[in-house]
Amino acid sequence: MSHPTNREPATVNRGPATVDPEPGTTNPGPGTRDQKPGTKNQDPQTTGRSLTKVFDKPDLLLKGEHSLCPGCGEPVALRIILELIQDLELRERTICVAGIGCYTAFPMIMDVDVMQALHGRAPSVATGVKRVRPDAFVFTMQGDGDMISEGLQEVLHSAARGEQFTAIVFNNAVFGETGGHMTAATVLGQHTKTTVGGRDRTRHGNPIKISELVAQLDGTAYVARAAVHTPSALKLTKQYLHDAFRSQLDGKGFSLVEILTMCPTDWFVPPDQGPAFLETHLTPTYPLGVIKAD
Amino acid sequence: MERVLMEGSAAMAEAAIQAECRFYAGYPITPSTEILEYMSVRLPQVGGTCMNAESEIEAIGMVWGAAGCGVRSMIASTGQGISLMQESFAELANAQIPVVAVNMCRGQGDYFQATRGGGHGDYRFIVLAPASAQEAADLAQLAFHLADKWRNPVLIMGDFLLSHTSEIVTFRPGAYPAPAPKPWAITGAKERRAITLSPLGPSEKLSTDIAATLTAVTGKHAAIRAEEVRAETGHLEDADLVVVAFGFPGRFVKYAVRLARAQGLRVGFVRPITLWPFPTQVISSAAERAKAIAVFELNAGQMVEDVQLAVRGRVPVHSIGGISHDHSGFGVGPLLSVEHILRRIQDVYPRSGGAA
Repeated sequence: MSHPTNREPATVNRGPATVDPEPGTTNPGPGTRDQKPGTKNQDPQTTGRSLTKVFDKPDLLLKGEHSLCPGCGEPVALRIILELIQDLELRERTICVAGIGCYTAFPMIMDVDVMQALHGRAPSVATGVKRVRPDAFVFTMQGDGDMISEGLQEVLHSAARGEQFTAIVFNNAVFGETGGHMTAATVLGQHTKTTVGGRDRTRHGNPIKISELVAQLDGTAYVARAAVHTPSALKLTKQYLHDAFRSQLDGKGFSLVEILTMCPTDWFVPPDQGPAFLETHLTPTYPLGVIKAD
Repeated sequence: MERVLMEGSAAMAEAAIQAECRFYAGYPITPSTEILEYMSVRLPQVGGTCMNAESEIEAIGMVWGAAGCGVRSMIASTGQGISLMQESFAELANAQIPVVAVNMCRGQGDYFQATRGGGHGDYRFIVLAPASAQEAADLAQLAFHLADKWRNPVLIMGDFLLSHTSEIVTFRPGAYPAPAPKPWAITGAKERRAITLSPLGPSEKLSTDIAATLTAVTGKHAAIRAEEVRAETGHLEDADLVVVAFGFPGRFVKYAVRLARAQGLRVGFVRPITLWPFPTQVISSAAERAKAIAVFELNAGQMVEDVQLAVRGRVPVHSIGGISHDHSGFGVGPLLSVEHILRRIQDVYPRSGGAA
């Protein structure tokens, strides 16, 4: 790419590539290394062994690390979003409008233009953006607290107007940033610091299924619910995001992708149990799949 | 130049369009609705966008998005609706996004809201207070110029009479230089580095210097105070009593002062055109010579506090305004009459040493 970049040269991903051995050394080929079991690979510069890079962070991610909790699903979702923008060559047209939540740490590591909005207000800000920059590729990034609690009417009105942007909501069914409090998407029975003993229908009300709600509105062209807790779910997430982005690029109307993300910290489970918790606790209320596609 | 008969609200909207405002969002509310009506017809004619938003909170969000893309954008409401926008107002100032907001007030009870703001954090709006349809047009143009110049929101504080009184207006579209390039605007990172436009931190990626971001916002305040104070004054050279009033009521005061002088009273006036920055020095200088200051405002006494800060106890400061509404609650009441104002001027006129 010829454009100026924020990226340090060392972080540029050159894609799957072979690391050349030191000149003059012989590459013994795969399967011949005398590495002890359980030890890390040696520096190819000193061993002369050939390593193939099969996976890396996307170019548009400026740092290979994030500041969120271990086991968090949001960085996984971010990586997929940035991979797609890269795959579709949308970087120079992209404007992200970010809400307020743990993911507010992302704009500074995303190599695309970002407008930071207030809690709940991203769809209205994105409306203003897209109306004055109709050629831009615009997406919002909100959490369930941001979109479904604080800013519900903003997303509903934007969808009803058929605004030509893609709304992405990371739904972990809890206020993660404040430390584990009930949102409008907390599922029945879920323990939070404000639903001690579990969310109870009569005391705390019922969770809102944002995707089904938005899908009812005539301005909506595409709605899907995805998740990032298994490799196959990740693949589908990327497919749904792709279809939502295409829907926007084809001018079909408003699109929304709800992505269920792990929040082991505020689900009060160990990080490695996040995916299983998502499957058992969230997907019964929030079934995955395409809900509307025009 | 063409002279046209227009209501103050329409004059303000037309001047905004001539100042290259291309995005407007609003929610109907008396007495600001006429701006929304005018914009909904006129903006599409010039390739702009007018949004009849579903709430004031959504309207200011839309204006945030458009202005953040570098497009001159405007919003209008009255005090109640402006209250709903305060969270965004504070953050627009902190993100240094230049928007022009209009408060067509009911009475003048929103002086504190305009000059102190109801939002959080260290921020200021530049506040302009026109007294006629012509000045509404002129200040609308100035507002866009100042908003861009300082990367700071500007609020125009009008009122019921200003909004609904038709007067002769001449538009001066070339009064200020064309808008300068806006390298801070969000456009998509085409042939440049990607940036963030945020009230929470720096534009540069990977940077976390939040304090420097916020200090840059407040660092402008002293320069704005030094450069942008505007006020109309009259008869200060010999005034024993100086009457301070802003907006449309300022015109009534100006006329009442003329009648008082015809009666031999040495009265002068100050009409702040910028409510922030406040013409503190103008009033302070007037207090050097005058024996008393009076403040006429259609509220329970708000601007009088800024006047007291300028006078610093050297002479008495009298509050001669008050709350006065018509039966609807939207318009002005009986207090806004030259007879009332003249009587109150006579009541507080310093007799010992005065000429009367």
